[in-house]
Parts: sequence; C-alpha cells; structure tokens
Amino acid sequence: MSPAKEDATAKPPVTGRRIRILIGKPGLDGHDRGAKIVASALRDSGMEVVYTGLHQTPEMIAEVAVQEDVDVVGLSILSGAHMSLFPRVRSELVRRNMEHVVLTGGGIIPAEDVAALEQGGFAKLFGPGTRTEDIATWIQTEMTKRWSAEGTTR
Amino acid sequence: MTKQAHTGHAGNLRSVDARAEWEALIKEARLRPANFTSISGAPLKLLYGPEDAEIDADEDLGIPGAYPFTRGVHPTMYRGRLWTMRQFAGFGSAEQTNERFKFLLELGQTGLSTAFDFPTLMGYDADHPYSEGEVGQVGVSVSSLEDMQTMMAGIPMSEVSTSMTINGPAPILLAFYIACGERQGVDPKLLRGTIQNDILKEYQAQHAWLVPPEPALRMITDVMGHCAKHVPQWNTISISGYHIREAGSTAGQELAFTLANGMEYVRRGIAAGLAVDDFAPRLSFFFDSHIDFFEEIAKFRAARRIWARKMRHEFGATDPRSWMVRFHTQTAGVTLTAQQPENNIVRTAFEALAAVLGGTQSLHTNSMDETFSLPTEKAVRIALRTQQIIAEETEVAHVIDPLAGSYFVEAQTHRLEQEAEAYFAEIERRGGVVACVEAGWIQKEIHRSALTYQRAIERKTKKIVGINCYEEDESRNTPIELHRIDKSVELAQRERLISLRARRDKARVEKELALVRGACRTRENLLERFISAAHADCTLGEIADVLRQEFGMYKEPKIL
Amino acid sequence: MSAPTAAGFSERLLQGDRGALARMISWAENGDERFGPALDLVYNRVGRAARTGFTGPPGAGKSTLVNEVAKALRQDQQTVGILAVDPSSPFSGGALLGDRIRMEDRALDPGVFIRSMASRESRGGIAAATVDACDVMDAFGLGQILIETVGVGQAEYDVVSAADTVVVVLCPGAGDGIQAMKAGLLEVADILVVNKSDLSGADRLESDLVEALHVRFGRESSFPVPVVSVSAASGKGVSELLASMATHKAWLAERDLPALRLEKRLQRVRAALDSAVSSALWTRLGFGARARAQLEQGLAPHRIAHDLSARALASISPQDLRTS
Repeated sequence: MSPAKEDATAKPPVTGRRIRILIGKPGLDGHDRGAKIVASALRDSGMEVVYTGLHQTPEMIAEVAVQEDVDVVGLSILSGAHMSLFPRVRSELVRRNMEHVVLTGGGIIPAEDVAALEQGGFAKLFGPGTRTEDIATWIQTEMTKRWSAEGTTR
Repeated sequence: MTKQAHTGHAGNLRSVDARAEWEALIKEARLRPANFTSISGAPLKLLYGPEDAEIDADEDLGIPGAYPFTRGVHPTMYRGRLWTMRQFAGFGSAEQTNERFKFLLELGQTGLSTAFDFPTLMGYDADHPYSEGEVGQVGVSVSSLEDMQTMMAGIPMSEVSTSMTINGPAPILLAFYIACGERQGVDPKLLRGTIQNDILKEYQAQHAWLVPPEPALRMITDVMGHCAKHVPQWNTISISGYHIREAGSTAGQELAFTLANGMEYVRRGIAAGLAVDDFAPRLSFFFDSHIDFFEEIAKFRAARRIWARKMRHEFGATDPRSWMVRFHTQTAGVTLTAQQPENNIVRTAFEALAAVLGGTQSLHTNSMDETFSLPTEKAVRIALRTQQIIAEETEVAHVIDPLAGSYFVEAQTHRLEQEAEAYFAEIERRGGVVACVEAGWIQKEIHRSALTYQRAIERKTKKIVGINCYEEDESRNTPIELHRIDKSVELAQRERLISLRARRDKARVEKELALVRGACRTRENLLERFISAAHADCTLGEIADVLRQEFGMYKEPKIL
Repeated sequence: MSAPTAAGFSERLLQGDRGALARMISWAENGDERFGPALDLVYNRVGRAARTGFTGPPGAGKSTLVNEVAKALRQDQQTVGILAVDPSSPFSGGALLGDRIRMEDRALDPGVFIRSMASRESRGGIAAATVDACDVMDAFGLGQILIETVGVGQAEYDVVSAADTVVVVLCPGAGDGIQAMKAGLLEVADILVVNKSDLSGADRLESDLVEALHVRFGRESSFPVPVVSVSAASGKGVSELLASMATHKAWLAERDLPALRLEKRLQRVRAALDSAVSSALWTRLGFGARARAQLEQGLAPHRIAHDLSARALASISPQDLRTS
C-alpha cells in the first residue's frame, strides 16, 4: 500500500509511549452508539482512550484534554450543532495551550461543513459508514508523522 | 451432485424418504460463502417445517382482536381502518413546525408527530448557555405555553391526534399541551395523542433525561394518575424499543428491554395505588422496523403475545384493552446509508412492509436524506408515498396476519419470546430494571451487540450495499439537497423568550414555581402543578430547574 | 521548537501550570528520560499530601465514592488530585479510561486535577507510574491525593505502596464480604466502606465485616479498622468516611509517618533496582541467551538461575561498590 500505511505500523520513536485520545460528546445530543464503538475499536488498536461521556461543554472537553495530556481529541455530534460546538472546543483548547492536539471527529455533517471545519483546525472528519479500522489507521499514521517530526521534543 | 439430480428429487418431498434424501443432498451441496443468520445473529435453518413450529392455535395464536392478540389487536385490522400514517416532524421555530404540520395534513397524513430539539428534550430553555447552537436543529424548540400555542395555531386540537416525542420533561410538555387546548377552548377529555414519556429507555439508550430514575418514575405515575381521570384518551407512555434498537441492540433485546420497561411502569402504577385496568389501556408501544424482514414481523407478533400473557396472568389485568400491545413503528434510521442515498427509499419500503405485515397501528417512514440533515419536503413526500403505495397498491392490507402459520415465522416468533423470557429472568436476578440501569448492565448489553454488528460489517460477514459491497465513487452520486436550520431561528427564539419573561406576571411565576417545589417534597400530583405553572407562563427550563434542584441530576454509569 | 527540558517543566509545575503537571505524569508513564531529572528538581516539595487509595471489587461504586470524597474535601477548601486506574488490554495494549464519567461535576473545578491511567503491564491494581504520578501531584501542591485502583477483582495490593491510607470499598450483593476476605482485601484495609448502604444486605455485610475484623485485627498495635456505611449516590456517610481518613492520618503521624513512608520508598528503590539489574543482566550481559542454551542442554531452571546469579555476584567486587 501507500508509504503512509507502512508508517502506521512503525514503532513510536519514544519507547513506552502510547497514543492517548479523548473521545467526547459535546452538546446535548445523546446518540453515543458511534462514539462508544469508535472508543472500543481504538482501544482494540492499542490506544489509551479517555471517554468523557455525554452532554459535555466545550470547556469540559478542553479541560479534560489538558489533564489527560491527550494527543488526539475526537468529537462526535449527530445533532446538527457541529458548526457551533466544534469551533468552540477548538478555541477552548487553544486557550489552554493545547493547539498541538490533533482534532478529529464525526457524525452527521454535510460535506460543505466538513470543508469549513477542516479549514478551521480540524485535521479530518469522518462521515457515516466509515470503518473503525480506517479511523484507527488514520490516527496512527498522523501520530507517527508527528512523533517522527518532533523526535523527543515533546 | 449434478443440477439434474437436484431438480429430479425436488418435486417429491412429501415422503419421509424424500426428506432424508433431501437432507443428504444438502449436506453435499455447495452453498454461497455467506453468514446464514438473522441480523440479530440467530442461526437460521435452510428450511423450516412443522417440527419447528409446534403451535397451539388457541393458546399461541387465537383470533384477531382477542387474547393473546398474536394475530393483531383489532378484529378487522386494516379492513376496518388503515394504520395511521404519522410522519415525525418538527424543526426550527414553532411557526415553521406549524407550517410543516399543515403541509403534512394536506398531503393526507392522519396524525401529527412532534420532534423536539435537544434543549427542549433535556429541559433547557432556548436561551440557556447549554442550548447554544442546538435550538431548532433536530426538532422544534418549545420553551413555553406560548410556543406550544404557536405550534398548534389553526390546528383543531379536538380533532387531530398529536404524538410528542419527549421523555424527561414529558409531563411539562403535556402540561403545555393541555393548557394550550384549554386556551383553544378544548376540554382535556377530548384531547387525543401520545407523549413518549418512557424514561427507562432514556437511561438505557437515548440519553435525554432530566432527573434520576426514582423521581422520574414518580412523575410518570403522576401522569398516569391524572390522565386516567382527566385526559382519558391520552396515551400516557409510549414504551419504546426504537431507541434501544437504534443504539445497537438485537431484535430480541429490543423486545425484552422494552417489555421489561413496560412491566416496570405497570408495577410502579400499581404501587402508586392505581388500579391496573385504569391506566394500562393507555400504555402504547413504539418499535423499530429493521431490515431483517421476517425477524421483525416475528418480533411484533411476539410482543403482542408476551404482553398479553404478562398483563393477564402476572398483573391480573382483566380489561382486554390492558392486554393489548398497540404500537407505532418507525423504520430503522440506522439502516440508512449516506452512500447512494436513493437506495434508502428501497430499504425503508421493505421495513415499512414488515411493520404492516406485523400489524402496526401507526407508522413513520424515514426519508432517504436523513443521514445528511433534516429531511427535505421532497424526501418526506416520497417516504409518505411509500406507505400509501403499500396501503393502496400492494393489496397486503386486506388479510389479517398473513404470515401466521408460516413454519419459519412461527418459529422465529417463538424464539424471540424465549429470548425475551430469558432476559426478564436475568433482569429480575439483577434486582430489576432500575438496578440494571444504574449498574449500566442493559447499556453494556446493547453496546456489546452494537460492537458485534459493527465488526460483522467491517469483516463483511454482514453486507450493506454501498458500504461494503457494490460501492460507488461517491462523486457520482446525485447531490442531495440539504435542509438547514438558519441561525436566525435561535436568535429569534431567544428574543421571544426574553420578551415573554418581560411581559408576564412575575409574582405569579414565582408563586407557581414555589408550588411546584412544594409538590416535589410531598405526594401531590406534579402534572397538575405543571398545568397551573404553564398557564402562568413559567418556562420549561424554569420548571425543570426546580426539578433538578429538588431531585438532583442524573449521572450516567460507566459503560466502557 | 526546542525540546522541552526537565528544568523548564519543573519550573512550570511549581508555577501551577496544569499542563506541566499532566505532561510530567505522561513522562513517568512513558519512561521518558526527562522524568527523573524533572522530579529531582521538585523532590523537596514531595511528602506533604495525604495519599488515600480506594480499592475493592468491580461494581462496588469506587468512582462514585471517590467523586463524593473529592466533593467533600473541596467543601473543606482542600485541593484534590485523583488518579483513576483502568485495565490495559493484554491483547492490544490499549485501554478504555472511563472513570471520569462519574466525576464530571469536578471537571471544571480548578482545585481538582483528575488523571486516568492505564495499568499497562502492571497486575497489582495500579500502574507502574502511579506512585510517580502521586509524587508529581504532591509537588504541584495538591493536598489530598485519591487513588482508585483498577477494580477488576484481581489481587490489587500494590495500592499499599502508593497510599498511606487504604480504603477498601465493598457493597452488598456482587463482590460480597466473604469474597473480599478470601481475596485478602481485609488485610490491606485501613478503613472498610460498606457502600450502597441503602441496599438490602448492607447491614448484614457490615456486621460480617466487624466480626471478621475482630478476629483478625485483635492486636493492640494495629489501627482499629473502622467499618463505615456510605451511600455514595446520595452522599450519606461521606463525612464519617472523611473523619475516619483523618483519624488514620493522625494515627500514622503519632507512629512516625516519615519512617513508614521511608519503608515504602525503600521498597520502591528495591523494586526499581531489581528490574534495572535483572534487565541489564538478561539482555546486555547475555544471561537470557545463556539461560536458553542451558535449558536446551537439559538443565533445570532453578539450577541455571542459581549458577547465573552466583556468577554475577562473584564478578562484583565489594570494594568497588563501597567506593563508588
């Protein structure tokens, strides 16, 4: 496959380091089937997954990201409130010096909104029908790239 | 084996010898490399026969409109009256929803079904900080009696039946509706409709709650008690499997958890001093119709049979109406794909047909574009027309329970009943539904099934067209028109609320909220207090805040 | 970007930077070489916090109880650090860290810092880095550190090494008193909590425990282990638990807490030494390969171990060790 795919299986440069990811449900939407499936699948691919539960405010998600020192924040929304809540999570993270975190997410998000959010600091958004394996591979690839770039500078 | 040999034997299955020969034949036969199970994972035989469906025609089937109602709840079923075609609608402001309601009534829809936005579902006013960005997004925003009046303007409340999908704050929204009727000059005795009001499945699957289980159940018995006396045509709880299934359960789990929840409401009603036959006839049900055609039909039939048996023999109900499962059905949202979205019309048609063959009382058909946004008018029209085609063109509605006696369908009906019974026993062993909810056990069971299903899709042992087979380059798809809720809706809704707060009699508001608080601490009927508070223009969020302060917030258990 | 240094992070930690606290815990977890130097720089500030471990069978309600204890400590104006350990999958190495879900009302409290830890290779109920994480929280200035063990029902005794006070949480029904006694949980307890005290069977469990303690802890020198009834869901009994925690702390202080802690730290040094020396011998000095060859020749495992350790010891000059 592509070189990126090979990288995904490479060892992280710092021994003992594991990808830590926060899976969060911002807003009042209670649909957590997808979030929980993704969380379980990422655990099965070797990541340490912090699951915050439902009904989180952007401030809560950002504060958890700080305390847990996560590498990635993944958000799930199916309520249509993504254009309001996703950017607010991003700005709360920035406010806490967490701009290095890889921001991703998914849900029912129209293509034009995906484009806008990817312009606005989200690395990638996944739509309905995505294989969990593809999400895991994408995160591993992304983190491998970052870790190689930063070496031990973290 | 050659093809000739196969056809040579096939015409002669009557004798025992032929059967043995056929069995030998299929042992040798080459089968497609597929997973031959139901969508819920139940292994399926190649052929079902009399030995698989040993049914007692009286005990297990009966006649339509009579115990145990396996064949349907009405003696004439759809020859008497077709099912109610009830498309779930609601978005944006109360005015917009009012327009959509009128559009649907003009199209020939026979009942209203209201979707609320998340702030309303969680008991927050449109101007609460938590509501930011969510007002009007997935349903209508109703924060006050005034909003309810706008939504129902020009719709004769004594004539329509209105279903409201709301749970945690259901008693408050029902109070708005009753008060709204009173303002229209309609006696509550004439109001017809349903509030979902099924809080147990909220903890289990849908997650729009207000307060912890015990006070929530108390409010539900308050609703049952009040309506039995004053709003007798109102369905006080729509005990819902839909969300359990959509959260990932199997058909058997949907059936089991829904009916277990139903039995818990009955126990609570009895414990609150109500006579079972006074409230049980007003309990209705709401199921999912998933894509496994026969399993779904069997599920609907099993639901009727189990409930009738339990109500009659365990709860001692004597009114046959207490034994009946009258149910609404919605086709399965989770089966819709964002890929090749027009295919969703076909999926929905099969699911709708299963619901009709299963004897549903009302039906919502999903629109093809719901994996993108709220449905557009065009998509809603096709979805409704799908039901009308089933009703008017296919001729399936002429015969009651047409699949009864099918070895396969009867075997599946029995299998699902057994699965449900096993779950009832396990729930009991674990201390009942509320204990299971608090321990997260039911939630874990559902999550486990959801994971199994997802893995099957990713391993392609479960095929989904457009997802893991027959995929297309997505750029070739016809672009789908999006239905967006403008931001101005939220701003306008906030302003309306601010203006209401300025206009109303503040002293009266304070007095009514204090009375609600007082009722929380006694056994006074809360619904009656909510109706009075609604007339004083207390808002949803204000009443809900009192409940949250008095009863505490619900915290979800750890599932993962 | 220049590499964040140990000194830089120690400085930020002392200034109250929560990001630095979080990152130093990550360093401890990952075996990052900057951790040791960074901790050295702030080690004079370690030792002030009270450290309490919460252990018990699954479903006993540990997270909810820890949350309630934290809430009560906050009302008492104390700052709180929580370390919640969840199991790592032995297959994938991944972990689902979900204890925070029961603690979300503490999420935005600036006086509380919650960190979830995966157990990784440890089997004793806490992670290898949990004690280090406690030290970092302690140096940061959090006054009360609450450690919640994995809680999967295995023998979770390592919490003793991390905590001054161990609270064993039980509840009626699942994971009852008899099981706890069999698992030896009672022996590590300084305080026993009967949680979900409103459930039926709670009184019975409480009296069983009192009786078992009477038999086991009849000695005068040991702490009189209290049995505290709590309903974490409603907060009932939490203040009694806090009082018991304070009593145990006072009891420890009377009995020379620094000496007790020194013993625990000594054990940490020994454990760290064990692992460093044995892994050096095994890989760098080739003892692993040698052992494999000897096994293939048919020698018994204990014989090989005896010979190899004798060899290793013979090559160390006591003189060298004394002068270095």
